[in-house]
Amino acid sequence: MDAMVKVSGLGHRYNPGTENETLALAGIDLDVRPGEFLVIIGHNGSGKSTLAKHFNALLLPEEGQVLVAGMDTARPENLWRVRQTAGMVFQNPDNQIVATVVEEDVAFGPENLGVPPAEIAARVDAALAAVGMEAYRHHAPHLLSGGQKQRVAIAGILAMKPACIILDEATAMLDPAGRAEVLSTVRRLNKQEGITVMHITHYMDEAVGADRVIVMEAGKVVLSGTPRQVFAQVERLKELGLDVPQATELAHQLRQCGFDIPPDVLTVEELVDHLCR
Amino acid sequence: MIGGLTIGQFIPGNSLAHRLDPRTKIGIVLVFIIVLFMARGVVPWIVLTAFTVLAVTVSQTPPQMILRGLKPVVFIIVLTVGLNMFMTRGEPLFRIGPLVATREGLAFGALMGFRIVLLIAFSSLLTVTTSPIALTDGLEALLKPFSRIGVPAHELAMMMSIALRFIPTLLEEADKIMKAQMARGADFETGNFLQRARSLVPLLVPLFVSAFRRADELAMAMEARCYRGGQGRTRLKQLRAERRDYLAFAATLIVAAVVIAFRYGFGHG
Amino acid sequence: MPIELQGVTHIYNSGTTLQATAIEDINLTIDDGDFIGLIGPTGSGKSTLVQHLNGLLKPTRGRVLVDGVDITARGADLRAIRQKVGIIFQYPEHQLFDETVAADVAFGPRNLGLPQDEIDRRVTAALAAVGIDEATAKRSPFALSGGQMRRVAIAGVLAMQPKVLVLDEPAAGLDPRGREEILGRIKRLHEERGLTVVLVSHNMEDVARLAKRVVVMHRGRVVMDGSPRLVFSRAEQLAEIGLGVPPMTELSRRLRARGFDVPSDLLTVDEAREAIIRVMGGRAK
Repeated sequence: MDAMVKVSGLGHRYNPGTENETLALAGIDLDVRPGEFLVIIGHNGSGKSTLAKHFNALLLPEEGQVLVAGMDTARPENLWRVRQTAGMVFQNPDNQIVATVVEEDVAFGPENLGVPPAEIAARVDAALAAVGMEAYRHHAPHLLSGGQKQRVAIAGILAMKPACIILDEATAMLDPAGRAEVLSTVRRLNKQEGITVMHITHYMDEAVGADRVIVMEAGKVVLSGTPRQVFAQVERLKELGLDVPQATELAHQLRQCGFDIPPDVLTVEELVDHLCR
Repeated sequence: MIGGLTIGQFIPGNSLAHRLDPRTKIGIVLVFIIVLFMARGVVPWIVLTAFTVLAVTVSQTPPQMILRGLKPVVFIIVLTVGLNMFMTRGEPLFRIGPLVATREGLAFGALMGFRIVLLIAFSSLLTVTTSPIALTDGLEALLKPFSRIGVPAHELAMMMSIALRFIPTLLEEADKIMKAQMARGADFETGNFLQRARSLVPLLVPLFVSAFRRADELAMAMEARCYRGGQGRTRLKQLRAERRDYLAFAATLIVAAVVIAFRYGFGHG
Repeated sequence: MPIELQGVTHIYNSGTTLQATAIEDINLTIDDGDFIGLIGPTGSGKSTLVQHLNGLLKPTRGRVLVDGVDITARGADLRAIRQKVGIIFQYPEHQLFDETVAADVAFGPRNLGLPQDEIDRRVTAALAAVGIDEATAKRSPFALSGGQMRRVAIAGVLAMQPKVLVLDEPAAGLDPRGREEILGRIKRLHEERGLTVVLVSHNMEDVARLAKRVVVMHRGRVVMDGSPRLVFSRAEQLAEIGLGVPPMTELSRRLRARGFDVPSDLLTVDEAREAIIRVMGGRAK
């Protein structure tokens, strides 16, 4: 099947032609498969967030092309369908909630699409159920925790029936409990509903369950592969200013001391298993 | 920060007044205020007062709420009564220095003061029985026909509803900023007016900067959810006028008719 | 200069329908030179407790003594207390307001009524401590990157020259490099200047690595108070509260469960490596 998102030769500069010109992206090629759980990792300034904003036409390519479900994002006539297909959840849980009541915020997207009221109601119900927030439908958003707010934001995207969900550092401002809530929600949506997920983050441990991980640095993709393939490159990741889970770091150090442990250990449990064999 | 109930604050409930369409209520209040200023004669005043009492009952608002709403305007009422009492010619009642209080003045002043009481009482029923978001929806619906002549009804309503959404969030942030600056020795409480005004800079500047940043991020999020203005937008909740709305508005029109009739000299038994 | 909390309770909105007891019967002493990691699930009262340390909040019951001074006493010099105990809240960069970085950092010393040359000295020293150079000091704080802004905000508190530094999630929202950098600076400030540090954090790895003492809060009470090894060895109890343990501590538990005689209180990767080599060294080729 065709790629959900196809990025070819993408380049982007901030403030082109001025003294502040910065190269944000350079020659990115990327195919995202439908139903894939892709994690994009990089430190702040690596270009990962800039890349993400090209997926839903918040930014347009200066060089190259981005196709979302076959639609060229650069063409104005595709704009709204692209954004309906690729929904985005942002980093700040507060600054993406528009309405004074949860269910009305979830309805915001379908309302913008001109969906008939009866169907909006059905979609809101389904979306709230899918993220486990039905009990909060009449709540005011400012009373919710960070994790709950992000789940409401996800529901708001789901109500638009997207083919993929982009999480633009959506866990960066959450406490560990909130991060776990958001990740388990999107993992479930990915596995059960087949929604393509593109999760942009700087936390390595959030990449453990991904289908594929790509690592960005200075506007380029520098590593790409399954979590195991990428995590195994401990030294490279440290050079790139990324943290490796402590279990992976320890496994790496033990290997260097002569222990027979594979280089792609991801969790404490795996490490213990290998040590006990 | 703002503890307790604000005056005229929405109290959720299920009274008849709560269940009326917000457009109906806005219309009723408008009509009431207009004819309130036209009232002349005993019968109209009785009718208007009775109507207000009926409205308070029907909205199941505790009278204390209404009384609390009147507290800020006590000064204006006293001023109105006083001015009229001393400024109107007529049969003298008593003197204070060069000022003469007259019977006609007292009567007129009391009536004017009472008018203010009815005005506040009746209008506060609107905000007590209607949630801010319902009010916004009602206003948007009422202004929509005027969008053809350039009134940005949808945009105004969206602005109001976003403002309402962010008030608690911004209050929380203001609190955090205040605490952070106090932790650096800032003092918001002592000093004369000018000093205290200056001390607000470390509070207001970050708050404004933050508000602009929020607005920017929110706009991006709204666009990402396909917002493109009011064109072609549908709504989850739709306002629908029921029989009770028509009846309530009809009752108001009857009250208005009585007042107008007496104003323009047609005697009624 | 110890801070003592004696039987401190704080109730918000007392007497209204919104009444909530945030912290209850807290007895805690923070000694000179401590490096305390304050942990607990969201809503456990950490933030409320921390705001009592410099008098931003007063206890509903109980006493808070800072350097022997009761913060609730009449005429207590709160400004002096806030000079001694500096608090850096989450996302401190949101409080920047002045026209230049240097002017913003000078806000604290100015409020203390210090002479201008002393203010200038302190600003220079504070900016140096967070790695902001002179050229940057002349720029508007709003023209800086997020990480730089945060460092400026921290300098703003350091310029008051506090003896105790309280930090609420100083690495919140930062990428791994940014986190390393900030925590490294805090560690240096503690070691080189003898600052007492209270670090509120959700990151068990950081707490294990840096703190000398861990205080655990749950539902407004202090439920554990001891060395990191002691506290993190109680994994079941922490799990009941909803807290995890550092990954290496988890590793040591699992290895012990499988019969290996490693210490039960491993905290860091280095310790774990040494322990494993010692116990299983024969397995290495």
